[in-house]
Parts: sequence; structure tokens; C-alpha cells
Amino acid sequence: MIRSLPNSKTYSICFKLYVTLFFVFLFAPLAVTSILAFNDSMFPALPWNGFCLDWFFADTPSRLGIFHDQMNLDSILVSAQTAFFVSLFATSVGTLGAFLFEQEEFRFKQLLYFFMLLPLVIPGVILGISILLFSNTLGTFFEESFNLDVGLFRPGFWLVVLGQFSFITTFVTLVVSARLKKFDRTLEEAALNLGANRLEVIWHITLKFLRPAILGAGAVAFLMSFENFNTTLFLVGSQPTLPINLYLQVRDGSTPVINAISFLMIFGTSILAFVNLYFSKKTE
Amino acid sequence: MKNHGRWYLFFFLTPILLWLFLMILLPHMDLLIMSFRAEDDFGEMVWSFANYLNFFEEPIYWATFARTALYSILVTVLTFIIALPVSFYITHVVAPKFSGFLMLLLLLPFWVSELVRVYGWMILLRESGVINHFLVQMGILDKPVEMLYNDATMILGLVYTSMLFMVVPLISVLESLDKSLIEAAYDLGANMWTILVRIIIPHSMPGIVSGSIVVFMLTLGNYLTPNLMGGKNSLWFTEQIYNQFIASFNWNQGSAFGFLLLILSSLIIWAGLKLTGQKLSKVVK
Repeated sequence: MIRSLPNSKTYSICFKLYVTLFFVFLFAPLAVTSILAFNDSMFPALPWNGFCLDWFFADTPSRLGIFHDQMNLDSILVSAQTAFFVSLFATSVGTLGAFLFEQEEFRFKQLLYFFMLLPLVIPGVILGISILLFSNTLGTFFEESFNLDVGLFRPGFWLVVLGQFSFITTFVTLVVSARLKKFDRTLEEAALNLGANRLEVIWHITLKFLRPAILGAGAVAFLMSFENFNTTLFLVGSQPTLPINLYLQVRDGSTPVINAISFLMIFGTSILAFVNLYFSKKTE
Repeated sequence: MKNHGRWYLFFFLTPILLWLFLMILLPHMDLLIMSFRAEDDFGEMVWSFANYLNFFEEPIYWATFARTALYSILVTVLTFIIALPVSFYITHVVAPKFSGFLMLLLLLPFWVSELVRVYGWMILLRESGVINHFLVQMGILDKPVEMLYNDATMILGLVYTSMLFMVVPLISVLESLDKSLIEAAYDLGANMWTILVRIIIPHSMPGIVSGSIVVFMLTLGNYLTPNLMGGKNSLWFTEQIYNQFIASFNWNQGSAFGFLLLILSSLIIWAGLKLTGQKLSKVVK
């Protein structure tokens, strides 16, 4: 049954087999996608025609490798920019939120905390359409009242940033709060007694203590933003992010250049995952 | 000092209030208002229940809605059944030195974009796909069959996508399960089924509830997997919302659909929490 009990051989073997199958199930799609990025073929399919790097480096009309595919490169850049701003805003506001909910007392705190958790239970699609509606309402209002055309309220780069920010901030707040809970507040009191003001205490002591959690949360925020599809789908304008762009190509069928992008994403996210793991190990 | 305290409170409170009101509360109120507005016979926007009436009168709408809800429950149950043995294996069966490594291995695929994972399944399953290629080569099939674009593969994709959100909470509750309880039960002659039903499942209840809620919610709100892996007949309710918003440009109807989906997901989450006597703030941790 468990490690410390005698197990029958059949039981052990069956269990091992099951877990092995589970991991095959988990990794099969990723492995196949990565391998086929290197196949010398026009389609992302077998048979194996030999190893080639065309889908990364080729620059011919029939075979356009990812490093020469301007449309996909552009969308990668848009996604990176979006993710940069989202993680910047979300970590800033999320950290403030952690301070607010852990260190301050005010009326309706429980209610506000409940509101803060809401984005976790709102489906991404609903968040997308409600922000689309509201920005449209605001845009119409500004145009009719002040004759102002505010670009922010139309689907586009900044609306995507705001839409993703609205739910990613909740994750940052929760992660940073969890770390802040473990903070020994006598350290703050000591610093205050020694003549520091609260801003100095926060800057020199509390934020130092929170740094691994903030960096870790920032990395997760970056990744969540980079890969977001559901909310982005409704807010995207003329500059598609990478997931939106890939979605259109996957739906309509495309060359193995998608495999090459996927391979790079699998590779990149693995590195980011290890970095995050390293920071969270440090936190403990 | 007192005044300083106030100042800090406002410093922390203002951005949070702006965020929650401008990006969460007001947009959803707008969604609710929009869903009750419709054009009357003269093309004027008036208050009306027309959008909701449409939903109940058109079988395709409510059938899609019910299908989405039922399939989401099925996906949640399947995910749980697959995830429980794996979580138990990692926490209590495998040698401790491997469990950290297995845990890492488990998390890795879920750092990769959902789109890439779905694409991987498409390459595996479609008519010109890898699995068909091997089956034909081994002589099991005469010619390739289309395995994609039906309900079964759509469910497979959804289970795959949600796996992580079930496994992680299960592992964290199973870690705290005292193995002497299982040893005692074993010594007293309990069989595996009794141990599972009387010890493991009751102990894991908090993890099961939080995992199920997250999986259910994510499945219900998923667009990508049903859209790319499901067939023409396996329409998901989020696709209906998308169609109303982007294709038909009927935002009022779309808002009503969106609000119905929101109500359904809140109701099921609320029921799940009530049944097991847990709090949302506990579950999300």
C-alpha cells in the first residue's frame, strides 16, 4: 500500500505502470511537437525525412524559418511588451495590495478582500467581454460629452495590458501576502524605535524580505500574461499577441514553423520555471 | 503618528480600489446592464428581458449551455480519478528522493502555453497525425482514421489541460496524511478499498474541493480546447458568447450569455463550498 508496508509484486508493478503511462500522457504532445520542429518536411507530421533546421533559419518563400518570419516575430515582440507592462503593473499593485491586506486595518476590509479574490472565479472570457463593454461605454461617453477620442478605450495594446492586469494582480497579491505573513514585525518595531520612519522601514527592511516573493510573482505574472488567450481574445486590436496569432495559424493549418515556435516556448518556459523554482526555494 | 497611519492607508488603498472598481466591479455591472437592454420594434434601445427569453426559447442556446455544464462536471470527475493515484504515488509510494523530481516533472508541461499543448494533441491525433502513422505502419489500421474533432478527444484535451490544478492541491493535502493511519488500518485487516474510502478520501477532502472548483471553473470558461479539438457538433458555451460578440456583433445577447455563464459558475462553486463547509479564501490557498 505505502512505502512502509509490504506490497504485493503485482500491485507495485501495476502502480508503476500507471504512473509511467500518466507521464507519457503528460509529455507526449510536447515531445512530438518539439521533435517535428526538426523534421525535413513541409507538414508537421511523420514520416521522418531527416534532421533539418529549416523551420528555424531558412529564408525561402516555400520555407520560412521562425527567425525570418516577420509576422510571427512581431507577435512575439507584442507579447513580450505586453507581458513586461503587465508584470510591472501587477507586481507594483499586488505588492501594495499585500501590504494593505496584511498590515492595515479599515472598515469593509473583508468585503474588499472578497472582491480581490473575485478574478480567480470569473472565467477569463467573461472578464474579457466585460472589460470590452466597459471600455466601449467609457469611450462613447467621452466622445459624446467631451468630443474626445481616447485610444485607450478601443481594443488594442493597452486594453490587453489592462485586461490581463485585472486578474494577474490577484495572483501577485496572494503570493506576496503569503510571504508577508511570515515577516517578523518586531523587526519593524525595532527600526521604528531606532528612529526610522515607516517608508524607510518598508524600503530597507520589509521589501528586502519580500524580494524573492516579488521576483517570483513577477516571473509568474510575465508567463501568465505571455500565454494568456481567453481574456486577450476579446481585447486584441490590430497587433495580435503570440497566442492569438498562433491560434489563427493552428486553426487554419500551417507549416512546421509553429512547431519551431512551440519548441522555443517550451524551452523558454522551462528555463523560467527553473528560475522561479530557484527563487521559491530561496524563499523557504 | 495617527495622521501618518492614515496617509499610508490611503497610499495602499487607492490603487487597490481603482483596480477593483474600474476593472472588476464596474465592468461586470456594465455587463449586467447591457444584458437587459435590447432593441424594440423602432430600433430604440430599451430595458427588456428579450436576451434572456431568446436563450430559453432557442434550443441550441440552452442545449449548448447544459452540455457545457455537464461536460465540465464529467471533466472534473475524470481529472480527479486520474489525478488521485498519481498524487498518492508521489507522496506515499515512491522513494522520497524521487518525489521532488517527479513533482517537478509534473509541473513542467503546465508552464507551457495551453495553445502549444493543444497543438501537440492535434499533431498526435489528426488523420495525418503521428498515432495514425504508427497504427498504419504496424498494420493495425488499413488507412488513417480521423481521431480529432469529436467529443471524446475534446474531453481528453480538457482533462489534460486541467490536470495540474487537480494534482497540486491533492499532493499538498496528501503530504499531511499520517501514514501510521494507513498502517494501523492495514494491521487491523482493512483492504485497499476501505483504506481509500475511509481514510484517504476523507482526509483529502479540502484538496479535492479546491481542485474540483478550479478545474470546473477553468473547463467551463475554456475556449481554446473545445474550439480546436471539438467537432462541429461539440459547440462550447464560450464559443456561443464569442459568436455573439465577434461574429454577430450582438453585444446585448452576448452579455446575457456571459452573465448566465457567470451565474452558473458562481452557483456551482458556491454549492461546492457549502456542501463541504469551506470558505473561498481558504480554498484559493
